[in-house]
Amino acid sequence: HHYIGATWHVLKIELYEMGWNLKDGLRECLVAAAPYGGPISLLKGHNRRSPSARPQLEIYSSSGLPLASFPWKSGVVKQLGWTVSDDLLCVQEDGTVLVYDLLGGFKRHFSMGNEVSQSQVLETKIFHSPYGTGVAILTGALRFTLATNIDDIKLRRLPEVPGLQGAPSCWAVLTQDRQSKVLVANGSHLFILDNTACTPVTPPGLSPQASSIVHMCVSFSYKYLALLTDSGHVWMGTSNLKEKLSEVDTKIKTPPKQMAWCRRPKSQQPSAVVMWDGLLIVVGECKETIQYHLDDDSILVPELDGVRIISGTHHELLQEVPGACEEIFKIASMAPGALLLEAHKEYEKESQKADEYLREIKEQSLLSEAVRQCVEAAGHEHEPETQKTLLRAASFGKCFLSNFPPEQFVSMCRDLRVLNAVRDYTVGIPLTHTQFKQMTVQVLIDRLVYRKLYPLAIEICRYLKTPEYQGVSRVLKHWACYKVQQKEESDEVIAKAVSVKLADAAGIFYSEIATKAYESGRTELAIKLLEFEPRSGEQVPLLLKMKKSPLALSKAIESGDTDLVYTVVMYLKNELNRGDFFMMLRNQPVALSLYKQFCKHQEQDTLKDLFNQDDDHEELGNLYVKASYKEQRLEARIALLQSAVDEYYKAKNEFSAKTTEDEMRLLRFQRKLEEEKGELLVGFSLHDTMTTLLSVGLHKHAEQLYKDFRVPDKRFWWLKLKSLAEKEDWEELEKFGKSKKSPIGYLPFVEVCIKHHNKYEAKKYVSKVTPEQKVKAHLAVGDMEGAAEAAIERRNESEISTVLSRCSATTDHLLMERLNRAKATAVKK
Amino acid sequence: MHAISYSHVMQGFPNFFCQPNLREDKLQPRDFHILFVPRRSLLCEQRLKEKGVLNSFTNIDEYILDLIPYDGDLLSMESESSFRECYLENDQTSLYHAAKGLMTLQALYGTIPQIFGKGECARHVANMMLRMKREFAGSQTQILPVFDTLLLLDRNVDLLTPLATQLTYEGLIDEIFGITNGYVKLPPEKFAQKKQGEGGKELPTEPKKLQLNSAEELYAEIRDKNFNAVGAALSKKAKIISAAFEERHNAKTVGEIKQFVSQLPHMQAARSSLANHTSIAELIKDITTSEDFFDSLTVEQEFMTGVDTDKVSTYIEDCIAQKDPLIKILRLVCMQSVCNNGLKQKVLDYYKKEILQTYGYKHILTLKNLERVGLLKPQSTMRNNYPTIRKTLKLWMEDANEQNPNDISYVYSGYAPLSVRLTQVLARPGWRSIEEVLKMLPGPHFEERQQVPTGLHKKRQPGENRTILVFFLGGVTYAEIAALRFLSNMEDSGTEYIIAATKLINGTSWIKSLMDSPEENLP
Repeated sequence: HHYIGATWHVLKIELYEMGWNLKDGLRECLVAAAPYGGPISLLKGHNRRSPSARPQLEIYSSSGLPLASFPWKSGVVKQLGWTVSDDLLCVQEDGTVLVYDLLGGFKRHFSMGNEVSQSQVLETKIFHSPYGTGVAILTGALRFTLATNIDDIKLRRLPEVPGLQGAPSCWAVLTQDRQSKVLVANGSHLFILDNTACTPVTPPGLSPQASSIVHMCVSFSYKYLALLTDSGHVWMGTSNLKEKLSEVDTKIKTPPKQMAWCRRPKSQQPSAVVMWDGLLIVVGECKETIQYHLDDDSILVPELDGVRIISGTHHELLQEVPGACEEIFKIASMAPGALLLEAHKEYEKESQKADEYLREIKEQSLLSEAVRQCVEAAGHEHEPETQKTLLRAASFGKCFLSNFPPEQFVSMCRDLRVLNAVRDYTVGIPLTHTQFKQMTVQVLIDRLVYRKLYPLAIEICRYLKTPEYQGVSRVLKHWACYKVQQKEESDEVIAKAVSVKLADAAGIFYSEIATKAYESGRTELAIKLLEFEPRSGEQVPLLLKMKKSPLALSKAIESGDTDLVYTVVMYLKNELNRGDFFMMLRNQPVALSLYKQFCKHQEQDTLKDLFNQDDDHEELGNLYVKASYKEQRLEARIALLQSAVDEYYKAKNEFSAKTTEDEMRLLRFQRKLEEEKGELLVGFSLHDTMTTLLSVGLHKHAEQLYKDFRVPDKRFWWLKLKSLAEKEDWEELEKFGKSKKSPIGYLPFVEVCIKHHNKYEAKKYVSKVTPEQKVKAHLAVGDMEGAAEAAIERRNESEISTVLSRCSATTDHLLMERLNRAKATAVKK
Repeated sequence: MHAISYSHVMQGFPNFFCQPNLREDKLQPRDFHILFVPRRSLLCEQRLKEKGVLNSFTNIDEYILDLIPYDGDLLSMESESSFRECYLENDQTSLYHAAKGLMTLQALYGTIPQIFGKGECARHVANMMLRMKREFAGSQTQILPVFDTLLLLDRNVDLLTPLATQLTYEGLIDEIFGITNGYVKLPPEKFAQKKQGEGGKELPTEPKKLQLNSAEELYAEIRDKNFNAVGAALSKKAKIISAAFEERHNAKTVGEIKQFVSQLPHMQAARSSLANHTSIAELIKDITTSEDFFDSLTVEQEFMTGVDTDKVSTYIEDCIAQKDPLIKILRLVCMQSVCNNGLKQKVLDYYKKEILQTYGYKHILTLKNLERVGLLKPQSTMRNNYPTIRKTLKLWMEDANEQNPNDISYVYSGYAPLSVRLTQVLARPGWRSIEEVLKMLPGPHFEERQQVPTGLHKKRQPGENRTILVFFLGGVTYAEIAALRFLSNMEDSGTEYIIAATKLINGTSWIKSLMDSPEENLP
């Protein structure tokens, strides 16, 4: 432990002795190590261009175990870097970026644009932002080009930096206000480049001795910035350049190899690490610095809570000592955690001192604080033995506390078990507890899956009780995707292995696995696997891709999702010739009716073909009828109706055929009469035609229609009655009423006359009304006496009541008496 | 904002976006977004693509809106033409949405352990649900089931009920004025504000728009009553309200006055609610007391009780002769056909011919549609089984009590809706008792069980109600809803009903959705 000042010290611990065997260490290598204990890539002799001595690209775990190695056959690589999902980016001189997975499999490539490829890459930085992994390039033309997210590439060319003659002395990418910006130093001038502008900035309180900024680095969180000047001063402040935190003189004026922040989240102290050949200096708030000697060429890997130092032989972590650890392990510490640890030690020795220590903590009511400290400190320790000692002490302390919430202790035990497992040399992911919490279990599982460490991933999921859906099932899916690409095994064997292993796993998406199989050229296997997919909707796109359209269609129908059925139908419509297409639809009634729906709106002609194919004459007839109404010329309409008639006859639908013929007859009649009499008739119903004819006095023609179309007497009588009353042709009405016995009786005559306010005419028909309707008729014309007479005569109680209800107490006094008497006898009867 | 459905797009909706003024409004650049409701559709996008406008949208997304809550116990998909699509066009898109909606409901309120159903569509929806359940295996929600049972009912199992004129207050409002999305538009005359001092104020010309739901205390009280019991309820309420206003004379102390004043807003709301419903009831009464209404109802009831259903009805003949509204005729003829399990060919042809001669040949397609969905049909050689169904299910109750009902038949003053009877029997004593009748009704009936995660089995407390979700595929009427609410509120019924439907319908809107009457194009 190294102390600087009173309250701050850093700690360097060894993570691994590297498993690799590098002849020349990291000398003359391009090196990139992913944060969060990720993989390391090396490119030896990256400047070589001769085909006889190709550079070698190697990928290792953090413990130096080889993951991949292959000769580099593409262009000159300027920079290596890792994405957030453990993919390796190789940025070439010409601006092409090649993407590999961490086992060396080529995934894809993309270009950083024409401008970059023309003026070539001078320098590159790969950075991480909330949007993903980004690439920033300084071109030979001294311009910056930026892509914030390589999975959704939108290239941005940043504005020019004024007065820039050669490569800037240093630059960095930072994320501010949800935007990635470039901070660039040209001598002592500092600029911020964003999408639209290049703004000069000045770090507050930068030592005036400096004539040039030679190095800079931004903290993991982008919140802090460190600048190193040619005078050897390290300026530390916030990255928005509003605040200076500290400035320390390293007393070394040669430019360093690398500089990085080494600061834990929420720490009060700024601290940065500067590395020269053979020397590492840690600078903080005060004047003193801590110096380490380095034996070997090394690189610094900034982390969320420290910095890793990787050399040809060793892998170390440099960290600010966590508060809890410091409290406990500081010599002669009287912190509650330290006392609890001591108490537990004594207890193990069966010494009574244990009680004294405990008493001391309890007297200050700090026991829960002590337990908390021990648990927290255990989380920061890398040695399992130390972790155990601290956790045992915490557990011991817990015994003397009631109501102490157990969650922190329990989850820490679990976390540490997982961390120790992944830190193991064979896995080589040296995560700290802080990093683990930041990265989440989900991401850790992903990383294990990328490394094909499926059994460990599954163990962890089960141990942490991750919901199956996001845990075990997900890992198994990845395993299966990997499995189906193994060329040496037969389809049957793989399909069986996959189904056996995945059988009980919930929420497995077989379609993804099948897609993988198809992509590796194994169509038959893909079909076999798709059978296991419970979501038929997911089967469809792949089946279509594999040209298994009949199967795709039946799966789409099975899903019930009509949109999906349409997707397949439309696809088939374009793929197949018409005959085959119709044939396929014929076997799938659901698809056929949906397609008919589509045709009804958009392709009437196709609809006709479909009906023809099925000999559906009824529907063909309907289609012609519908079409006939779209016609503006009468002849055309009649022609289409004739086609409808033919179809209806073929369909043996006599009624439809006959009525359609009637309609044609009516249309011809209407047109003829229109021409002769100039009366607008075409398109009217038979009923309305007759009404119109009667209203203009063309009685004969109306009669003709009545006979020709065999209109029922009743309806014709109603119609004529109403028309004549409408015209107030009372004379004609009377004649009509007498022409023969009315099939509708005479009450309608009474009522229609009254409706047209002609009581005189109405009365003429009252006597003709049947006895049952007499009362109603008399009431209609307002003849109370007559109504009463009729009701009494019929001895009908309800009719008598009806009349009574219409009587007025003042004028019909006598009548009411009579009615009441009659009612009484009627009731008796 | 425009909500887009498949039919919108097919009916020229994209043309709206293709108008040059919308497309190339360079002076005022505007962003266009599409939000598909209830779901994204391939055909819509394809159509827009063909029209060359798909790329001019900044955003194309969907707003998954399957079941819309209309009241505390009522959900509707408001899928306009669901019945038509399912039974006429064999397009089961709305059923897919229904199944999706039920999955969402289960994600929120727990897996429904028991599913019953009757009808082809019900079977299809249940199949899709069970299938989707398998698809989502592993992501099960750990929610205590709210619903004990789901009952899926096809509308075509009970074609009769929507044809009958609803006689509950709400049902009549819908029959006469039409309720759209929980609102009704009423003739303004009755609602003229009478303010003191302003004598001859002009009558409003805009229709009066009112929201109708159970949040309004008075409406909640009377909506499901038979209309003949509404008058009494309104006058009782009027007395209570005026008594409450009289209270102010008794308020002596400052505290009492304060108390009174604090209740004023509530009382005033109650008073205006009372005024509104009194006006509506008067409007309805004008119609229900008319001879026309009475005659038509008499005929309906004759049909439902099986009187003279096999001959041409003089009343219908007269109505046609007088050219009453076509939909009225269609409702009556369909009802006669349903109550007679089909009409004699001669009778059917006579009606059809009468309709075509009077209302025009163009309605021939509408008549074919009605035949295809089974609302109109020629009698088959099979016996008319409607009387058996009526008797077994007690569809006609001679002494329906409209004021203080003791049976669901009060909603149609005698006729107990078949759909609700099926629901009632399912709850007690169970469908096994009516196997014979179920076989007479179209489509399969079935029962399915869904596994509920262990530990989530509902332990019902004694006296705690069962909850049944009844889903009407093809639409539900307000009278049916009233009947189900009546069952929920019945003492020791032990069952509470929540109602869902593809659409809230009445006979008129339903028949209208099945019509196909081409526009006249001759000059």
